Amino acid sequence: MNKEFTKGILRDNPIFVLLLGLCPALGVSSMVVNALGMSAGVLFVMLGSNIFVSLLKNFIPAKARIPSYIVIIASFVTIVQMVMEAFAPALFSSLGVFVPLIVVNCIILGRAEAFASKNTLKDSVLDALGMSIGFALGLTLIALVREVLGSGTITLFAMGSFDGVINIPLISQAPMRVFSLSAGALLVMGLLKAFFNWYSAQKRGQA
Amino acid sequence: MNYIGILITYIFISNFILTQFLGLCPFIGVSKNTESAMGMGFAVTFVMAIASVVTWLIYSYILVPLGLVYLQTIAFILVIASLVQLVEMVIHKISPPLYRALGIFLPLITTNCAVLGIALLNITESHTVLESFVGGVAAGLGFLLAIVLMSNIREHLELKQVPKPFQGVPVAFISGGLMALAFMAFDRGLLTNLLG
Repeated sequence: MNKEFTKGILRDNPIFVLLLGLCPALGVSSMVVNALGMSAGVLFVMLGSNIFVSLLKNFIPAKARIPSYIVIIASFVTIVQMVMEAFAPALFSSLGVFVPLIVVNCIILGRAEAFASKNTLKDSVLDALGMSIGFALGLTLIALVREVLGSGTITLFAMGSFDGVINIPLISQAPMRVFSLSAGALLVMGLLKAFFNWYSAQKRGQA
Repeated sequence: MNYIGILITYIFISNFILTQFLGLCPFIGVSKNTESAMGMGFAVTFVMAIASVVTWLIYSYILVPLGLVYLQTIAFILVIASLVQLVEMVIHKISPPLYRALGIFLPLITTNCAVLGIALLNITESHTVLESFVGGVAAGLGFLLAIVLMSNIREHLELKQVPKPFQGVPVAFISGGLMALAFMAFDRGLLTNLLG
């Protein structure tokens, strides 16, 4: 496996290690389905912007680079907004203001500036894929913890006779509501980050 | 909704940081000491107030008449980015002391989701121009309140023994979570009790 691809998944995980892109991440993490939808949006925007920034890196003047990147990112976000509104209106309305806010998701601008503007097209694509998979994993993990503990369900996409909601016995009768509230997002994020700190310290200790 | 209602809503009931997670990056990043938290908070309030009005005007008088509403996101982020630059230059020229206090925070504000967030919310809530201005100020003050409280908490935590894995960011998040729990005391009921 290519290292540009794998680094985003664990070693430089955008959410737990780089701590970038948190604002939209926590806002949509109360249900698994929202987290997956958000991740798909971020994947598309990051892939598109990394490709364009990498292709245009020799044409964009250094002084105007940040505004140029923002325009590229905003264009892809607009595409995501339109596609999501047309094909997944329910998801679009539950993500709400967080879809246009992908524009200011620091991880996307961060990768454009720190990686795609200096590397080849192939590496930039791999970087975007790895980073967005890492983002998706982090976001889904937070959403899974919050939804399972907070409402005792796991909501996925509805398909055929399956309505998309998995009920977890015991917890769904007496869920810990605090986890689905905004305070729960911050608490879960803090605890998970502490866990990852502890885990990497353990690993370093052994190595 | 009247202006006092908007103020109370954005400062307490749906505080941008604690209930909507907008502006979380500077909330964690710039809250290590009270002085810089204050600076960041005032800079954000200032930019949000201006950005709310400017984006509202652009939306209502340019995008809507031309049928370009779908360009909203692109237009807003460009307006905010150039506005931040402009504000930076103007402050630098008129008031060097203010520039020294807010200067370093201004470039960071462009990618603060709270600013774009309030611009978009003003449109979805169909606020008038004055309500947008009040909304911008109120959301900014809510941000200021949360980040200053947070910096106080973090300054106190400096003196405490925090378990190693929790040091730094994790404990900041957990304090933020506890603060959000406290802020849950402010709900819609507060508004009806106060304003009838």
